[in-house]
Order: sequence, then structure tokens, then C-alpha cells
Amino acid sequence: MEDIKVNFEKNSATALKDQNLQRALNNAINQFRNVRSRAVREFEEWEHLRASARKIKEWTIEHLDDYLEMLEANVIKAGGTVHWASDAKEACEIILDIAKKHNVKSVVKSKSMATEEIELNHSLEGAGIKVVETDLGEYIIQLANERPSHIIAPAIHKTRDDISKLFVEKLHTPYYNEPEQLTKIAREKLRSEFLNADMGVSGVNFAVAETGTIVIVENEGNARLTTTVPRVHVALMGIEKVIPRFEDLPTFLNVLIRSATGQKLSTYVSFITGPKRNSDVDGPDEFHLVIMDNGRSKILSHEETRESLYCIRCGACLYICPVYKKVGGHSYGWVYPGPIGAIITPQLLGIDKAPELPFASSLCGACKDVCPVKIDIPKVLLELRSRVISDRRVGAGFLQRFAVKLWRFTMENKRIYNFASQLSYFVQKPWMRHGRLTSLPFPFSRWTKKRDFPAVAKTSFRKQWKEIKDLEG
Amino acid sequence: MYILNEASKKIKVSLFVTCLVDILFPQVGVSMFKVLKRLGVEVDFPEEQTCCGQPAFNSGFRQDAKVLAKRFLSIFSEDGFIVSPSGSCTTMVRVFYKELFHDDQKMLEMVDLLSTRTYEFSEFLVNVLKVGDVGASYKGKVTYHDSCHALRELRIQDEPRKLIKLVKGVEFIEMKLSDVCCGFGGTFSVKFPDVSVSILDEKIESIIESGADTLVSTDMGCLMQIGGALTRRNIPVKAMHIAELLASGQ
Repeated sequence: MEDIKVNFEKNSATALKDQNLQRALNNAINQFRNVRSRAVREFEEWEHLRASARKIKEWTIEHLDDYLEMLEANVIKAGGTVHWASDAKEACEIILDIAKKHNVKSVVKSKSMATEEIELNHSLEGAGIKVVETDLGEYIIQLANERPSHIIAPAIHKTRDDISKLFVEKLHTPYYNEPEQLTKIAREKLRSEFLNADMGVSGVNFAVAETGTIVIVENEGNARLTTTVPRVHVALMGIEKVIPRFEDLPTFLNVLIRSATGQKLSTYVSFITGPKRNSDVDGPDEFHLVIMDNGRSKILSHEETRESLYCIRCGACLYICPVYKKVGGHSYGWVYPGPIGAIITPQLLGIDKAPELPFASSLCGACKDVCPVKIDIPKVLLELRSRVISDRRVGAGFLQRFAVKLWRFTMENKRIYNFASQLSYFVQKPWMRHGRLTSLPFPFSRWTKKRDFPAVAKTSFRKQWKEIKDLEG
Repeated sequence: MYILNEASKKIKVSLFVTCLVDILFPQVGVSMFKVLKRLGVEVDFPEEQTCCGQPAFNSGFRQDAKVLAKRFLSIFSEDGFIVSPSGSCTTMVRVFYKELFHDDQKMLEMVDLLSTRTYEFSEFLVNVLKVGDVGASYKGKVTYHDSCHALRELRIQDEPRKLIKLVKGVEFIEMKLSDVCCGFGGTFSVKFPDVSVSILDEKIESIIESGADTLVSTDMGCLMQIGGALTRRNIPVKAMHIAELLASGQ
């Protein structure tokens, strides 16, 4: 994890040139925006529900230590085992130890961003264990040896044709182009993987402190199989996933599912409390819950950006973001893309690893309006921008500081300001065409390469003011 | 045509024209002045004003932003409304100043006093002066672009539309995705110019598709971005600030 350095400018330039990606993003996103907005519009209580979800998150995060301990106690009471991981390395080691103890040869996984975060597949495969992703999108991504580019729709950057070709290449099937056919192939391949797996690894959407129940939301049934068929089930969660009570679930399931897929309820919602009991027909012999920090308590310590931990990973901010729509998920350089990625990646990895991300937003605020837990993403971005600027390693260089000081000095003094505006009027003349500036030198060329820039007016408003004021007065 | 609105006669307004309008688009300030005058408002222009500090704030230079914010607060300390032709600069004063001084109780009190009397131009006309028809006339098909700060920070949505629709001769057309960002985003437009312009491309498409010949908005930032592409691509649509539209035809 240490060697990650996000280069948004370079990544986004590649993404913008990729016509295939542009097409894939455009189709999927336009379609989803409609679906989500319908799911929210038809639900009269939406704003009330968002406010409740926000309140519960605020309360829980303020009392996180208490609820985590309560969760631990109740998972143990239900017969499960709880492990605490301070970082990605520890989390991987814990899961690897469990696998070794049970002589695990193959693992099936359901969709989990937390396991992406710790690069669990890499660790398990390194130890000679076969890992199979069973969520269709994740399965595709695993075949392509890529990273997910969306929290909910990991293969959103791929067109149907891409996937058809991928299946031909990796699974040696004929070229099928219908989603039903492709799904059928994946389903057949995966079915035997489920039956052969020794261990299932899942994420956690919500962990209920008062009952020790973990809740998993999905549509394909693969998580249900992952958590019930193999002998051992390991669930990985970030510390922020805990919620206090069972009765908080309707609120969260409603806001999560409507925001994530535009459904009223997903096809499957699994409530898992401990391992298989004597009376149960199905279920694992052992249930392990790994609770991971991995930078989250650092976020908790900053009051101004603490709300970043409220995120329930619905992906709505990705879909609505005009920047994400153009650059796709991989441009954000790590596992969490889009607006939420722009705020949590620099906080989880360290601001020096992704100093560009807080700036990779037009601050349009659309993310804030759709967020089901009302995270003020633009506000957090602005706070992080100021942290980047004052960071000695990656902050503003001498030239930038000088330019800002010069600008401030100009703005602080009306005379200098007037002089500067007058001077600009004369200096701009060689570049003026039809009253506009069409090709300015660097750094202004960053504007004029594709857009005209307005010319500085001969008579500023303040100069005209003297005349109009008298006319009217 | 001259409308004297009895209610607005005693109202005093200080123009906060913004540095962008002052230097690059003075006609927008003049238009705003004309409209307010026509409505019988007493208008003043505090000449010390320069910039509210938003570019520094948005770029992460909070200390520099604070210096300019304090300067702004002292310049506009007198009574009366502060009216600006920019949803974004109004947002800086009304919303972001609180953020900037969140740990400074004394400054927060000053910000509170000032922010409650600071308005974006179109919301001031509709919500404070309670006017709709300002006596303007303009012949054209007009569409409206929602500036992000005006829409999502100040919740200004119906006000400009109401004003535009009541201009004599205007055929108002609502374009698709009017509430989606134009890609400007202040320094974002030059920090990531290619991303910025690719977002702008969709906005331009929407505008062309609407069939409008005039694009109106409440912020010169967006209009600079959109207008800059319209002229560069020789698209026969005029980008115009709402104040200019409301001042036309006299």
C-alpha cells in the first residue's frame, strides 16, 4: 500500500481519450441517474429518512468505541470469533491465519470494498490459495485482472462487447453478446466454485451492535452462498460499519438500496448472527468477524472531516458526479473512486499519496444532494484542499505561493488593483481577436486551448460608476 | 419604461459587483444598477471593494482568504442589502465565510450579521423586492443554466426562471440537464482543463438541442466557460447574464 501515488491528471487524460470507456460510462450513468431519481421521488419520506440516517451515523460515530465493544460481545455470544486489525497488513495476516488453520485450498468471495482495500486476493494467492470472486461484476474484473471502477458496479467501465471478448479469451467460450447468456456462463462456472470452496469471505454492509448480526445486501445470491456453503465464513468490516440497533436497519436498508440501485429492496438481504447452530441445516461451522481500522481512526480524530466515516458505500455520488462520468473510477487511482474516493483516499492513504484528489472536483455539490447520509462532500474537499496546501511534502511550491501572495496583495489595495486591471487591458492587446482572447501563453493557455477568454474591459465598472451614478443621482 | 415600485423606494442596496464583473464584464454591473434603479431602489457602490476571497478559499489558501474576507466585511459593514450578480460570490459570503471563521466566534458574529443581508441579484428581485416583471423586453428564445452554487448552496431555482419568463418577447425553453455543472469550478477549469471542457461539451450539447438562441445564467464564471466555448465553436447562441436580459429593451 505504501507505494501508491495517485496521478489523477495522467489517469484522467487516458480515460478521456478512451472512446470505449466514454461510451460505457455514458450509457450506464444516464440510465442509472433516471432509475435512482425515480426510486427517491416515489418515496415521500425520503428527506426525513436521510435526516434520520445521518443522525444515527452521527451518534454512532461519536460513540464508536462503545458500539464496537457491544458488537464484539454479541458476536461472541452468538458463537462467532472477533478479530481486530489495525491496518491492511494485519487484516490480511488474520484472514490468512484462519485459512491456514483450516487447511483452506480455495476461497469464494462476495463483493467487498474492504477486501479490495487490503488487497486480500493478492495475499491469499501469494499463499497458494485459489480465490474466486463470485459477484458477476467482480468476477469480470478478476478475469480481466483489473480493479473495480465503481463501488456498486465494479465493471461499469466495460461495454457488453468488452465482456463478451473477455469471456472468449479467458473462459474459451463462443462469442456471446446477450447479458443472459454471459450471466449463464458465469453462473455455471461459479456454481462448482461454491461447492468446492473451503472458506467464504464477505464484506459487511451493516453490523448491528445490540445483536451481533451482520447484514449483507446483494442481488445475485452469491453472497448468500458465500456465507453459507463453505465450512468457514470470514467477514471483513471497517470500524465505521457498526450501527446500534436492529430497528435502525429499515432506515439504512431503505436509503442504501434506493441510492445504490434504485430498487425498493434488493433481491437478497442476509442477516447473519454467528455460525451454524445445531438446529440449522445450512451454514458454516465457524464465523469470524474481522474489524479493521486501517486509517479510519485517523479520520475520526479530525472533527472537520469526520463525516467521511458516515459513508455507507452506496455509490450514488459516483453516478451523479460530472467529473466521475467523464474520467471513470480508475482515474482516482485507488479502490474508492468518485467524490467519496476524492475525500477518503487522501485520508486513508495519507494526503501525500493523493494530493490531487481533493482538487479533482468542480465543487458542483450534486454529490451532497444525493448522499443518503448527507455527507457534505464539497465542504470536506475544501478542508482537505487547505490541508494539502499547508502540507510540507506536497503543498504549494514557491511559485504558487508567490502568485497567491501577489494576487492577494493586488486585491488588498484598490489602487494596485486598478493599476493591475488597467495594465492587463494594455498587455492583452497582442492576443485580442474580435474582442476576445483566443490563444494566450502558458499558463493561461490551459484556458484558451479550447475556450475563448473574455478581454479585460477598457473601462471597468468602478470607472463607469462615476458617470452612471451622477446620471441617475 | 420606468417602473416605480413603492415598496422598494426605501430600500438601500450596496452593489457587490465582484472582481470578475468589475474587470471583465462591467456591462453586467451597469445592467444590474439600471434594473435596481428602475425599480426605485437606492443604489450605492462601495468603491473599496475588490475580491471576496473565494479563489483563495477554493484553492486551499485559507489564510489569504481570511485576509480578503475580513477586508470585505469591513467594507460592507454599513446597513442595507448587499446584492451581487453572482450566486457563487454570494455563497462565499453567506455560506463559506462561516466555514472560514468556524473557530472564531467574534468573526462569526460579524459574518452572521452580514450574510443575512447579502443576496444574489435574481433572488433579491423576486424574494425581497417581490417583483416579477421588471419591464424588460427581449426578442429571443431563452434557456437557463443553473449555476451550481446558486442552485445547490442558495437554492435559487424558480426565481431567475420567473424573471426570464416575464420579459416581454421572450420564449423560454427549459433545456435538458439544466442543473448539471458546466465544468467551470473556478481553478478546476485550468487545473484540469480537459476534464473541465469534456463536462462543458455536454452542456453545450444541451443548449444546442434546446433550440434557444440565448443562454442566461446568474454567474459570470459559468457564462465565461459556456460563452468561451460558444464563440470558439462558432455556435450562434449568445451567453448573457440575467441582469443584462432584465436591462434590455429600454
